[in-house]
Amino acid sequence: MESINKLSYIQKLRTYKRDPRSLVLFLLVIVSTILTIGLLLFLIGYIMIKGIPHIKPELFQWEYNTLNVSLMPALINTVIMTLISLLIAAPIGVFSAIYLVEYAKKGNKLVSIIRITAETLSGIPSIVYGLFGLLFFVTALGWGMSLLAGAFTLSIMILPLIMRTTEEALKAVPNSYREGSYGLGAGKLRTVFKIVLPSAMPGILAGVILGIGRIVGESAALIYTAGTVAEIPKGSDFLFDSTRTLSVHMYALASEGLYVNQSYATAVILLIIVVLINYLSGFISKKLSKV
Amino acid sequence: MKKYKESIMKAIFFAAACTSILAVTLICLFLFINGVPAIAKIGIFDFLMGTTWKPNNTPPSFGILPMILGSIYVTAGAAVVGVPVGVLTAVFMAKYCPKKLYRILKPAINLLAGIPSIVYGFFGLVVIVPFIRDTFGGTGNSMLTASILLGIMILPTIVGISESAIRAIPQSYYEGALALGASHERSTFFVVLPAAKSGIMAAIVLGIGRAIGETMAVIMVAGNQARMPAGLLKGVRTLTANIIIEMGYAAELHREALIATGVVLFVFILIINLLLSLLKRRTG
Repeated sequence: MESINKLSYIQKLRTYKRDPRSLVLFLLVIVSTILTIGLLLFLIGYIMIKGIPHIKPELFQWEYNTLNVSLMPALINTVIMTLISLLIAAPIGVFSAIYLVEYAKKGNKLVSIIRITAETLSGIPSIVYGLFGLLFFVTALGWGMSLLAGAFTLSIMILPLIMRTTEEALKAVPNSYREGSYGLGAGKLRTVFKIVLPSAMPGILAGVILGIGRIVGESAALIYTAGTVAEIPKGSDFLFDSTRTLSVHMYALASEGLYVNQSYATAVILLIIVVLINYLSGFISKKLSKV
Repeated sequence: MKKYKESIMKAIFFAAACTSILAVTLICLFLFINGVPAIAKIGIFDFLMGTTWKPNNTPPSFGILPMILGSIYVTAGAAVVGVPVGVLTAVFMAKYCPKKLYRILKPAINLLAGIPSIVYGFFGLVVIVPFIRDTFGGTGNSMLTASILLGIMILPTIVGISESAIRAIPQSYYEGALALGASHERSTFFVVLPAAKSGIMAAIVLGIGRAIGETMAVIMVAGNQARMPAGLLKGVRTLTANIIIEMGYAAELHREALIATGVVLFVFILIINLLLSLLKRRTG
């Protein structure tokens, strides 16, 4: 079918000659696309070129001080923050998707409420999450600006993302798998955990990785929930220490205006992480579509 | 025993599913309980329509109209910048792009969505701000700068959703138009696009939602002066910026007024969500 619609370049040119409006539209489309992709390349290229020369060993020292402006504590905090947030959000997100896909009856009123609220959650801007985290976790629960308050705030934020991707992954599992499992005498629970979840795993993982991307990039929701202390939390109650993640670190550097070079370098690290995460997520979901 | 386990796990799944309901309820509850009394104290008219925001004056004045207008103007500017480019790019992705190129471009656009807003903000600060300053004069921290930056930031949202809306239109529409002698462009723009209208509208509304809620990128380029917006090349402060800038040191009524600013933003977002679900219902 593709080949039927295909015109030779000369034919196309002739069409455009007869119909200049088509040519204008065609050019607009091309220019817009070049603009979009060009912007992306320019942004990444500009930050890489300006930033890579400033990536120096002292940026990776264990302790932060105003001399070395080390991003290492922030980097480690980002990893800890991501782990804790995922530990909270991933099971809840996956379980609720399991409920929606495998257990809920069609036309259930509650299910539509769950869907509406999940959609609402995904539309709420991060600053509102930050405000809520400040009012609820930091103040009302009395956790103070802490790792834990930040992680809980973020986990609510990425919950709808994980729910949606898991739901799609579960729906993509053919019904014959479930029927086969039932036919062999397995119960519902066993079918879900041994058959459905493993085959949906790539899709779920891709969603979780996207969630990691959002956590790494988040700053507005964290400034007033996890705070901005540039130290690695230590001790037994480290969950209640204030910490800054890499994005917040970068905001602090960039808004102070004193450390432009270090800001570039931090931006490079952030970009590298984000590119890796995107690649990984794309790679995994591609694997899914092959299966 | 087995039956027992099944029903316990079912209850756990159900409880997990209810988390999002709980979260939305808590968010609404805490925002409104903490914010609404301040609005009542200041007076709803003085709060929403007041043109001066001087929380440290005696007596302080808490009018957030400058920030409401700031948010609306900047968002409108972002739509003007981002929507045409985004929709046209979506048309390319759905109707022009060769398969091989698509395999490169699609991840690229996803990447554009994944770049942290702080990196966008920094890029705006070091590239767009000087550019605006050198071309149009002024400080460069302006409504125009913020609009351009936000326009870029909402591109991936608009491209992604518009593209799937265009792809959802049956191929027969396009082929019918071709059969009637219309060119590829005419078929796409005058037959397929109108059919995909509500999906594209949903994309635009979602993009607007992202723009109005964006915080970190905006505060780095918008100037953040808490006064009535005075022109494209003058600084503005958005609702989001107002919260993040002053929350750190605010106390008492000032702090509550900031939370109330969040409530206003939240209401904006709820309205946008409502619009979105109406549009989706029309598509579905």
